[in-house]
Amino acid sequence: MLIILTILTPFIFAIISLLLRGYRTAQRSIAVLATLSTLIVSVFLIIEVDKTGIIVLHSGGWVAPFGISLVADRLSAILVLVSSFVAFFVSIYAWKEIGNDLINRHFTPLCLFLLMGVLGAYLTGDLFNLYVWFEVLLVSSFILLVLGSERTQLRGSLKYVVLNLLSSTLFLIGAGLLYGKVGTLNMAHIAHQLNQSNQPELVSSSGMLLLVAFGLKAGVFPLFFWLPGSYATPKSSISALFAGLLTKVGVYAIIRTLTLILEPSLNHFQGVLIFVAITTMIFGVIGAVAQTKISNILSFHIISQVGYILAGVSIMTVSSLAAAIYYLVHHIVVKANLFLIAGIVKYKFGTDHIIKTGGLLKAYPIIGLTFFVSAFSLAGLPPLSGFWAKLGILQASLKNEHWLLSFTVVLVGIFTLISMLKIWLGTFWSSASSETKPNESVIKIPVQMWLPCLFLALCTVSIGLFGNVLFEYSEQAAIDLLNPTKYIESVLGGQK
Amino acid sequence: MELILACTAGIVLGAGVYAMLKDSLVQIVVGIILLGYGANLMVFLSGGLSLGKPAFVSGNSEQITNGISDPIPQALVLTAIVIGFGITAFILVLFHRANLVVGSNSAQDYLSGDNKD
Repeated sequence: MLIILTILTPFIFAIISLLLRGYRTAQRSIAVLATLSTLIVSVFLIIEVDKTGIIVLHSGGWVAPFGISLVADRLSAILVLVSSFVAFFVSIYAWKEIGNDLINRHFTPLCLFLLMGVLGAYLTGDLFNLYVWFEVLLVSSFILLVLGSERTQLRGSLKYVVLNLLSSTLFLIGAGLLYGKVGTLNMAHIAHQLNQSNQPELVSSSGMLLLVAFGLKAGVFPLFFWLPGSYATPKSSISALFAGLLTKVGVYAIIRTLTLILEPSLNHFQGVLIFVAITTMIFGVIGAVAQTKISNILSFHIISQVGYILAGVSIMTVSSLAAAIYYLVHHIVVKANLFLIAGIVKYKFGTDHIIKTGGLLKAYPIIGLTFFVSAFSLAGLPPLSGFWAKLGILQASLKNEHWLLSFTVVLVGIFTLISMLKIWLGTFWSSASSETKPNESVIKIPVQMWLPCLFLALCTVSIGLFGNVLFEYSEQAAIDLLNPTKYIESVLGGQK
Repeated sequence: MELILACTAGIVLGAGVYAMLKDSLVQIVVGIILLGYGANLMVFLSGGLSLGKPAFVSGNSEQITNGISDPIPQALVLTAIVIGFGITAFILVLFHRANLVVGSNSAQDYLSGDNKD
């Protein structure tokens, strides 16, 4: 019941806001109300999941593997919680940032449909249903990306749309071929069939198609080229939503595919995965160093951070997977917050070129502080959340003797620190230079814009300080992922 | 029959990739449509082909012994076609809009100056 409620809540509110077209205050309130209710439902969901382990809902009463099952295990539950948490703060932020013209163009329902697609992807237990949720969130993101139809937005969207459609096609082919081989699309049932089979490696080809498709959506090397151009162009609320939610769905799908479908044949291509993780980290961070606009720097950092998470996933031990889940949670909060702060910079200066901005710390100490916390958490300074996340990945890679990976983890951390310092010194610490042309009409930053940033920064600090609670939870989630027997039994029940 | 259809799927997918690599936006759309068709054909084939067998049978065992055809790939393809239709409509509008803003049908013009602003 809780599972379907999580998906239905944004859907119902989206329908209501579609009906209330033109009532702008109503639209804005619906966005906040909808994300708040989703957040409350997902808190209940995670409490329930933490108590019982896995909740399964057979939709329409059709028992798995014949119907579509919705499954919430610990990984899904935490991701649902963080996603709706971030969406809630973004909806408050959007109150001021999104102008009336975009509200009139269905900004609110699109965001809610996007959220529904993301939550649905986290909660489904069926491969083809996952494809459908991917399409739901993709179509919403396509429209959100070009909302306003500015030239740069249209330009960024071409690569995004074409490459994401290509990846959907690969996903569809992979799912179809997998069905041809194992005769089922229920992920738990696939895992069960493969456990019974004596040649589970035969699904590697379909699994690879799925991995490439999800890798493209997650933005891993060499499939990340669409990401920087498109994430930096729309309004900051939309960028923050994309940065927090979209690539993470790809990472989540990779984790599910690896643990349920490709686990028996993992040792054939584990080396490839680790290589991809290393190159993703390096290329992302090198790209970031070359950029001069804050939103572009942040977009490139998404790539390198996905590399970190992929590193944790590809080592595939309990501690590395736990570190990856912890990293995922930390990353969603921090990245969304950084994009929101970049939006404040844009609001004040009309641009987010580092050279053309300055003196923000002196003018707005609170915003400076929130940026400081988030940026240096991303870079991995103790005792902020990013430090524990990176430490976990580093420990796991050292323990499993992946020396090159460990070296890259440290090196990329240093480069991340450098590019965060670049923003910090250029935009916040330095005094306003002659090139700086702040928008004089903007004297006060609206409270709806800085308060969400402050709360997300506080959340980052508390994830760091009370990290052991989250880490224990991630560890439990990782144990569940690596022993899929429990997952399979919960979904399929007694009969197989 | 399977072989012919499999080859067809391959040719359609290849043509789709070829068209997608072209400069013209219209050809890119054609490429995406062809890729979608190729993928649908592959999903359809994955369930195996059968002739004259029912997809649904009543509890009559006589019919089941004759074999049934798998309805799932057909359901999947149907879903994929509907999604593909919606997506195609969206891309056409998007590219039309881009054509108005940029004033050109070439992807090269569209992407040039990517780093200027």
